[in-house]
Amino acid sequence: MEIPYTVTARPETGLFNAKAGIWLFLASEVMLFGALFTTYILLRIGAPEWPHGELDIPLATLNTAVLITSSITMVMSWASLMMKDFKKYRIYMGATFLLGVVFLVIKAFEYGHHFGIGELPNKSTFLGIYFTMTGLHGLHVVGGMIVNAYFWGPGSKMWKTQPERFTNRVEVAGLYWHFVDLVWIFLFPVLYLL
Amino acid sequence: METANPQEIKKHVRTYITVFVALLTLTIITVTVSYLHLNIPAAITVALLIATIKGSLVASYFMHLISEKKIIYATLVLTAVFFIALMWLPIFHHANPVIYKNVP
Repeated sequence: MEIPYTVTARPETGLFNAKAGIWLFLASEVMLFGALFTTYILLRIGAPEWPHGELDIPLATLNTAVLITSSITMVMSWASLMMKDFKKYRIYMGATFLLGVVFLVIKAFEYGHHFGIGELPNKSTFLGIYFTMTGLHGLHVVGGMIVNAYFWGPGSKMWKTQPERFTNRVEVAGLYWHFVDLVWIFLFPVLYLL
Repeated sequence: METANPQEIKKHVRTYITVFVALLTLTIITVTVSYLHLNIPAAITVALLIATIKGSLVASYFMHLISEKKIIYATLVLTAVFFIALMWLPIFHHANPVIYKNVP
């Protein structure tokens, strides 16, 4: 059975189905991270004191730049497909994947430092919420990287047979990746700067 | 966006680069402001304002929300209502906290 509305828009929504689907999924993701942000506010206003200066701001700033750069390479990979330039698509999508790796390596250095000095999630409320929020975000990065790697590698064969459908797939993967960037844009000031 | 032609996409690319530069600049500004050690309400306002601008840029341009179909806006308005309700919970709690009596 053929999947309906992978290229043409469904008349009721004006969208191809995957795009409607990803937006509904992202709406649920807003609530997931929203619940954690609410938890953070509750814990923070209820805490007698809140630590400052325990996190590495320069490293997190670098990671913010890395994720923002990966967002532009992601959107450029989709734009390259729209301009029928598959070679550029591979370069930009490959760069997006590698920037995801860089983000996780930097995060691993941060985690390693905390673990090394005994700052584990169970040591304080602050560390508990820090590891929960950044850990969940990190898992989202890993999820996006798996999808991006598939579309860079084996999944890209679809470009030869159904280029429009493949372009739509990359657009949907991009919407997810940008959302992951968007979450970090809020996590960074909330956890590191305030 | 699925109907855009290559010429239009080239124009979009210029916008993406402008947004990218704006995002990096705003990141530098927010970090610099954090080193000024403003009082807590001012620091929260500035940090969240800059994060909201950055988030809006990503959503509007990278996620193409600036020119999307009505059903996506409707979904997001509904999400925003529930999200705002969720964010109010701590404020309600703060205004009317549960007081535990006789807790050892």
